[in-house]
Amino acid sequence: MTEPIISIRNVAKRFAGGVTAVDNISIDIMPNEFFALLGPSGCGKTTLLRMISGLETPTEGQIFIGGEDMAFTPPNKRPTNMVFQSYAVFPHMTVEQNVGYGLKVTGVAPAEIKTRTAEALEMVKLSHLALRKPDQMSGGQRQRVALARALVKRPKVLLLDEPLSALDAKLRDDMRMELTRLQETVGITFIIVTHDQDEALSMASRIAVMDKGAVAQIATPAELYEQPRNRFVADFIGKVNLLDAAIVKQKGETKTCDAKGIGKFDMLTDKACSNEATIAVRPEKLKLSTSEPKGAGLVKVKATIRDVAYYGDTSHIIADTVEGKELEINVQNDSRTGGAGVERGQKMWVHFNPHDALLLTE
Amino acid sequence: MSKQLKPGQGPLDYARRPWIMTLFAGVLVFLYAPIASLIAFSFNVDKSGVWHGFTFMNYVKAWHNEAIFYALSNSITIAILSTIFSTIFGAMTALALWRFKFPFKNAYEGFMTLPIVVPEICMGISLAMFFSYTGMMAGVRDWLWPFNLINIIFAHIAFCFPFVAVVVRARLQGFNRQLEEASKDLGATETQTFMNVLVPFMVPSLVAGGLLAFTLSLDDFVITLFSSGPGSVTFPVKIYGMVKRGVDMQINAASTILIVITLAATLLAMKLQAPNKSGH
Repeated sequence: MTEPIISIRNVAKRFAGGVTAVDNISIDIMPNEFFALLGPSGCGKTTLLRMISGLETPTEGQIFIGGEDMAFTPPNKRPTNMVFQSYAVFPHMTVEQNVGYGLKVTGVAPAEIKTRTAEALEMVKLSHLALRKPDQMSGGQRQRVALARALVKRPKVLLLDEPLSALDAKLRDDMRMELTRLQETVGITFIIVTHDQDEALSMASRIAVMDKGAVAQIATPAELYEQPRNRFVADFIGKVNLLDAAIVKQKGETKTCDAKGIGKFDMLTDKACSNEATIAVRPEKLKLSTSEPKGAGLVKVKATIRDVAYYGDTSHIIADTVEGKELEINVQNDSRTGGAGVERGQKMWVHFNPHDALLLTE
Repeated sequence: MSKQLKPGQGPLDYARRPWIMTLFAGVLVFLYAPIASLIAFSFNVDKSGVWHGFTFMNYVKAWHNEAIFYALSNSITIAILSTIFSTIFGAMTALALWRFKFPFKNAYEGFMTLPIVVPEICMGISLAMFFSYTGMMAGVRDWLWPFNLINIIFAHIAFCFPFVAVVVRARLQGFNRQLEEASKDLGATETQTFMNVLVPFMVPSLVAGGLLAFTLSLDDFVITLFSSGPGSVTFPVKIYGMVKRGVDMQINAASTILIVITLAATLLAMKLQAPNKSGH
């Protein structure tokens, strides 16, 4: 088995005044991973990244980088480099000087600085702007400078702090692809901090979802989406209908649930349950029909359509069940005529297969 | 249709109303006519208050007037030295106030700006008392030039450095701390980061603050008068002495030169302080 490139062991960061930003976190990150720290603002993800870079020191715990505990090593002695949220491109230096800076201050020979800078600029497609000053460049170009400046150091790990948050939507999509491509080309570990779940899901190979300074779940994007471990993760990643349910009967792996506003149905799970649980169903797993659906084990409920939002490829529908539970349903608009074929105020059947739902106990 | 407005009647057209324009002109004349006439008469042929013809003679005479020349070289020496030291001290003060947290920081910040608001006469008297108590007033008069000016230099540093500190502090307020972090992250030491990132960012404010200190020092009269011992005469003090003995167009010529130097320094300072070079 390969050794993790970064191993975070029981790390905590407590600030004066009793604020705990990071609370006893342990994560192993493997070489060549594109790892994302994802969470709402204030969950401690940036603090954790800054502790990996050395810009903050942990109050407790160890941070192993390449097998060596570097928790208290200053940032200039670590094999990590960071792309800052504000890019932090030096305003008084040209693009070339910016990119070469990290090599110059560590005493690399001028000839080598020149070739490596040129290579790095080539990699981010900025060779033609080498002599520009940052104030003559767009936000996207400045970000590329920041990327080249970090990559030219050939770090073991590249840290990216909300790298796409300041870009406009179109550019953000391009940059996402670009970052994934770069990571594959240079073959180093990327750790990205983001609050944007789409960003994390589309780029990362593994994601740590953080909540209130702790890790809620570490998993691949698909696992996070389909097998969230608890309510927080289910709710934070994508959209979800959370149904409060009482477990009325347990027989081996078959649990009979009574979901409020929906009704009774059986779920298969090997999880140990108490009497209370939450059933999570993604909106695209809910189906609509005008007549009562037939099929063994289907969960079905009558509902009134309250709202239809048209998004082109899909329509998002809000419906209220007879007993007043609000459900969100996503319908693919897969024919050109009729859209979702649903109107406000219409009474319809909402149904789903219990296999597509998830029973959450945390 | 609403009725057509005549020029000068629109709500924002006040600059085109004749009475306001007259007022503007009046204020300008009131402020600048004395200076303009001073400069104009520095080119007058004789020393009566009547124009008798154009000449550069007054400038030549002032140049060859040893007393004026001595005073001017004193003033410039004092200005240069006190500018250098007050820029260094001011920058250090600004950095300390920006960078660190320490007990009584707010109080210190307030006290630091006192020399800006304390009446010059009070500062002058207190400095005069300090120099006499310590024996420096009489003690330095026989020292070698420019060390015989050391009292004035000390006094000028004391009232100039807060101005530098205020200017530099304002600039540092706009500094993006991530630049510092980026520098360290890229492998630079604290010293390298300071020299390569922070100092270049501070440069415009150092120059602006320095020029401010230079002009303040160059034309200061009150504090200089109180802290200068006999024999160490500066340019403004010298001119004051000459005026008391009667009008001479050499004074106008010398004053014009002082105005030009001060104006040039001030313009340069303003240009460098213009907020077009931000650190983001």
